[in-house]
Amino acid sequence: MKSKTNRYLWNGLQYALLSIVTIIIVMPFFWMLTTSLKDRNKIFQFPPQWIPKPFVWSNYKEVFTAQPDFLLHYWNSLYIAVLVTAGTCIVGALAGFAFAKLSFPGRNVLFLVLLSGMMIPTEVTIIPNFIWFSKLGIIDKHFPLIIPPMLGAGGIFGVFLLRQFYITIPKDMDEAAEIDGCGPWLTFWKIMLPMTTPAFATLAIFTFLNSWEDFLDPLIYLNSSKLYTLPISLRMFTDMAGTDWHLLMAASVMATLPLLLVFFFAQKRFVEGVSTTGLK
Amino acid sequence: MSASYTKLKRKKAIYGYAFIAPMMIGFLLFMAGPIVAAGWYSLTSYSLLQPSEFVGMDNYAEILSKDDSFWETLRNTLYFSAGLIPLNLLLALSLALLLSSKLRGIGLFRTAIFTPVVTSIIIWAIVWKYIFATDAGLLNQLLHFFGIKGPAWLYDKDLAMPVVIVTSVLKKVGMNMVIFLAALQDVPKMYYEAATIDGASKWKRFTAITLPMISPALFLTLIITLIGSLKVFSQIVVMTDGGPGTSTSVLVYYIYKLAFKNYELGYASAVAFVLFFLVLALTVVQWKLRKRWVHHEE
Repeated sequence: MKSKTNRYLWNGLQYALLSIVTIIIVMPFFWMLTTSLKDRNKIFQFPPQWIPKPFVWSNYKEVFTAQPDFLLHYWNSLYIAVLVTAGTCIVGALAGFAFAKLSFPGRNVLFLVLLSGMMIPTEVTIIPNFIWFSKLGIIDKHFPLIIPPMLGAGGIFGVFLLRQFYITIPKDMDEAAEIDGCGPWLTFWKIMLPMTTPAFATLAIFTFLNSWEDFLDPLIYLNSSKLYTLPISLRMFTDMAGTDWHLLMAASVMATLPLLLVFFFAQKRFVEGVSTTGLK
Repeated sequence: MSASYTKLKRKKAIYGYAFIAPMMIGFLLFMAGPIVAAGWYSLTSYSLLQPSEFVGMDNYAEILSKDDSFWETLRNTLYFSAGLIPLNLLLALSLALLLSSKLRGIGLFRTAIFTPVVTSIIIWAIVWKYIFATDAGLLNQLLHFFGIKGPAWLYDKDLAMPVVIVTSVLKKVGMNMVIFLAALQDVPKMYYEAATIDGASKWKRFTAITLPMISPALFLTLIITLIGSLKVFSQIVVMTDGGPGTSTSVLVYYIYKLAFKNYELGYASAVAFVLFFLVLALTVVQWKLRKRWVHHEE
């Protein structure tokens, strides 16, 4: 009897602890959403308004009039992140497949060399990259935000992750393909690639996020305001007069939404992918 | 070996090289080349204001002996790491332990706690900055409700860094939690059953079975979190911009200012190389100690 009461107590305590942490973590999302729908005069009201009254949906429209370039910046962020993600998946799958399944002289050495690149912080290579990009006149363009992340540190992570994935695919698979007359390209294209979807899901969401929240690169490379991406754009809701919190929060909601939606739909597969690939 | 076999082998090798070519070229152009170049620049006085000159180890000598800003940013960075790591790992491990029990609705908690991981750090930092705002921030309003006058969190040089640390922990704790969760699930149930039969207490089972069994995951997350914390940048710029004063100015922020505000590219490269050495040393330590610290690994 006593042990049963104890277990109830213990379960209750577990729920309580989990709830506290969860509330602290969900609260910023809630507060962002609430503020985004508040009347500008009610933002600093005391006691705080938990549910906006009235709901000011027009804040979302006002974002685009207060910052006429917001839509453009949103588009910049979106297309850059999509390109980087697609590129990283392609480059990573090609090299990952080659390192896992094709034998060629120097394969292991080359892989180790590539892996050592993971130790090189982007924060260190950014200075020489900036220098030679400026000399070639490819700064104040989106190029430095797309190609180096795809073929640099992010690419290496992709190769590493997908190689691990291809290694787990039994040898019989590619041997069978070979006997059927498939060359390396067909084996890759017809047999391996369709199986890669779960690994792509993990890689894609992280690559997309990395590009979406990239701050240092746009800060350094972009001068023209037409080229800005969201992280820079969001700073423009603050000026000498202060911050338009209701607009900034509305813009933030819009900037958070795409990734959050993808995450909630792919949630189960994604968390599994993280826990398995994150470890090995 | 038949002729067709060698031919097939050669064909495979050609495809192999072709498949890795884009990545290898990218690696040479954007990582290997630049790291060598950064090493070279760090030995010069490269800046926009004066012609570049080879100065040998002068930059390093100045950093280590004269540059108070460097030591301060290094101190701030280590303070950030020292605050972030124990908080992050302890919270992640506790949450993973709580979530590994078979309670109802556990998936919901897991998803909620993981959500910030897939949220842009920029937005996460903006919202927390708003919550920690001095007069109208949610936190101080709540404190006011209990009759407490809240401090000026981000404008207080003793409080700004702890606030940034807490914000950063909450952003990433879900990641480590999920890794721990997977590690906990891999511990064979029979170990616990055997220990329970032998009369081992809950705590004993945790220290004698759980901890050693998940030590590879613990060690991995420790190193990843540590290296990541040395490179903290975005949340600092968004929340404090290095301030108040220089109380939250960290290494990458210092490098950024040197290189792209003052255009002292040579000197900035030297500071960046110090960061590189730190990361390198930690990675080597990881490789060396992996075998000794980690109890169980296949």
